Amino acid sequence: MHELSLLENVRSILEEHARSQHFQAVENITLEIGALSCVELEALTFAFEAVMKDSLAEHAELTFKRIEGQGRCFECGQLTPMTELYDVCTHCGHFRLEIVSGLEMKITELKVR
Amino acid sequence: MCGICGCSDMSFSGKFIPVNKANALLFTSYDSNQGDESADKSRLIQMEVDLLDKNNSYAAKNRLYFQEHGVFVLNLVSSPGAGKTTLLVETIKILKDFFPIAVIEGDQQTQHDADRIRATGVRALQINTGRACHLDAQGIGVAVAKLGIENNSFLAIENVGNLVCPSAFDLGEAHKVVVLSVTEGDDKPLKYADMFYAADLMIINKIDLLPYVDFNMDRCITFARQVNPSIHIIELSATKGDNFDEWTNWLRVSMQKVIKSHAL
Repeated sequence: MHELSLLENVRSILEEHARSQHFQAVENITLEIGALSCVELEALTFAFEAVMKDSLAEHAELTFKRIEGQGRCFECGQLTPMTELYDVCTHCGHFRLEIVSGLEMKITELKVR
Repeated sequence: MCGICGCSDMSFSGKFIPVNKANALLFTSYDSNQGDESADKSRLIQMEVDLLDKNNSYAAKNRLYFQEHGVFVLNLVSSPGAGKTTLLVETIKILKDFFPIAVIEGDQQTQHDADRIRATGVRALQINTGRACHLDAQGIGVAVAKLGIENNSFLAIENVGNLVCPSAFDLGEAHKVVVLSVTEGDDKPLKYADMFYAADLMIINKIDLLPYVDFNMDRCITFARQVNPSIHIIELSATKGDNFDEWTNWLRVSMQKVIKSHAL
């Protein structure tokens, strides 16, 4: 359940930004989560309320932006979609892929007041 | 307005929005209060902050400390019972006369593993993570200060037995080493792909038990390389000593490189 640790990180990031950018409450948090990242969205949503309790994001909502996984094949050089880390190239079937996108785990936007 | 379908409702909370990197950019500049003057004073703040930012900055500090002091650090990860502690105990017995060794042990409870390491005569510190399922870089920084690690030494960090969570947390190590025992099944690299993707070295342990278990070595190696084409693999038995030299030689060569670059 490392999602708990990640959310505790989110909470401290929010607290830091509240001080530097002068806001009292967070209404919405947009998270960019790659399809190949180690984050389980259901676990994140499940733990969110518990971690944000009594914080400035107690009533905040979560918005997820899913970033699709994509790799570049070492063999044929083409871009190929990936849904798992062990996917093979859809063009040539080779499994040596360099991940181009899909590992993201970022806060990209806050709606605050 | 929504950048995907043109709808005007932007309250997607808790829902999944499938977008690719290109059209994700369309999402970053909407203002939900546009045209609604009577709304409260909500505002939007754009940012790019990684969820692991805090851990990563502590890990960077640790890494710098290790570089400056010539400390070669491995982060050992596996499922519970794969043989990490036995591997370390046997490694220490062979290598402790060649360079200083220290160990940080991570477990949810008990001092048992640190006691086993201390019995070999090297320094060990136990971190009990309580309910947490992994070690983090901040905890390692504190442990390193407590432990007092010598220059030009080898530090082994034995993570909590868990093939999921420790994969995401950089501790400042030189390499993650994933230990997989042949009693666990040859498809573990696919089942727990994040960990095998994060590791630089895979040790396949308990090879002395191969005749008694249904474990296909070629299949396991193929799966591991499918997830991580550049992963280095060593097959050994920590208890019986089979092929143990390959591992200790790898460690000695790695240590020599670290000591050499520290001396420069």
